Amino acid sequence: MREILNNYDVLGAFWGTIKLSILGTIGALILGTIVAVLRLSPVRVFQWIGTWYVNTFRNTPLTLLMLFSILGMSYILGIQLNTTDISSNVFRWAVVMLSVYHGAFICEALRSGVNTVPAGQSEAARAIGLTFGQSMQHVLLPQAFRGAVAPIGSTIIALIKNSTVAAVIGAGEAANLMSVVIENEGSGFSVFLTFAIGFVILTLPLGLLITRMSRRLAVKR
Amino acid sequence: MTEPLVVLKDVNKHYGDLHVLQEINLEIGKGEVVIVIGPSGSGKSTLCRAINRLETIESGTITIDGKTLPEEGKALAELRADVGMVFQSFNLFAHKSILDNVTLGPIKVRKQNKAEAEKRAMELLERVGVAHQAQKFPAQLSGGQQQRVAIARSLAMDPKVMLFDEPTSALDPEMINEVLDVMVELAKSGMTMVVVTHEMGFARKAANRVVFMADGQIVEQNTPEEFFTHPTSDRAKDFLGKILTH
Repeated sequence: MREILNNYDVLGAFWGTIKLSILGTIGALILGTIVAVLRLSPVRVFQWIGTWYVNTFRNTPLTLLMLFSILGMSYILGIQLNTTDISSNVFRWAVVMLSVYHGAFICEALRSGVNTVPAGQSEAARAIGLTFGQSMQHVLLPQAFRGAVAPIGSTIIALIKNSTVAAVIGAGEAANLMSVVIENEGSGFSVFLTFAIGFVILTLPLGLLITRMSRRLAVKR
Repeated sequence: MTEPLVVLKDVNKHYGDLHVLQEINLEIGKGEVVIVIGPSGSGKSTLCRAINRLETIESGTITIDGKTLPEEGKALAELRADVGMVFQSFNLFAHKSILDNVTLGPIKVRKQNKAEAEKRAMELLERVGVAHQAQKFPAQLSGGQQQRVAIARSLAMDPKVMLFDEPTSALDPEMINEVLDVMVELAKSGMTMVVVTHEMGFARKAANRVVFMADGQIVEQNTPEEFFTHPTSDRAKDFLGKILTH
């Protein structure tokens, strides 16, 4: 195990995982919120777009999305997110696909959070003259986020682990390095253990934090 | 009667097969306090909620201060800002402090600055007697206190008319009076009010007119004194007999 740590940049690889996860989480939260607002809006067309988004991206394997981003978007359609640096282009596409895929799950988590908010809250918001957007921003979504901390947290943990799928397009992260190590050293138990521990270090404290936050942020009624 | 502020004309609404509002015609003058009473399921809450379009109507028109209720959108939000609403279940924003509950509308809708809105909010909270609770959250207050905050929240928007949808029905008996006292004071200050309630004491003390509804229709309307002592319709006699003799 020490050999692996000495000979390979394991920390650097996990730093890649962390960057991928953080950027992916930010993207997924933004996209998920937008799609949730679309699905909750009173305009039929917006609802359709939101529903289409969730059904499409929740039901497409992440591996396919990753491959499509490079083979389809970059090679065939020529849409490069960084034209000079191939590895940066791959990394950015990985962030985009992680965001797009998990945005669908964040959307649904948020919608379940909205269901924890009594109907009277939005009625009161409308009754004082807030527009749809304002009542979303100031009354519904803040309470929905608090009610959805646990499912959103689960989605973020899933995102961190799913960042390993980016290895199929060769983004610089832990699983990518793991396949390199296995290629060179053979698939020993220590290789597996090294990377498994790495992920546990990333996700376990986050899980504990989420449990604490979901208790602390819960809206008392 | 003074110039009508709220006018309902030939208003109809169905819930499935139930004709919950039938050809409702009602005018409410500036400064008038109108009590709507009637058996449950008579459409009185629906009527109240239709006035600020929390319930849509199928036909007829509702105008407030000469303006017809617009469709969903910015114009409707603007009109709602001028119509205060107090709910049976208070509906204070659970994630905001008492003070923030009262200032949200003035800051976001009226575009007042924060200091100005907070100063006004504290005056209103003082007026309803919960100023010392301003930093607390709704769940920490009693029902009566929450309802008084809800009244202050509506007042902060300087509404032209205030709607009360059974404001004391969810309260413990000993808290009903503290809310009614605030409402009586409000009525005396000249606020136009539509109140769905069964509180006869309040009706006698503060109301100009009682509107009696049954089965989606306005059956009878009169001054409180006349209505409670000499109801003319059988439905009203039957209803009053039931609620006054226990």
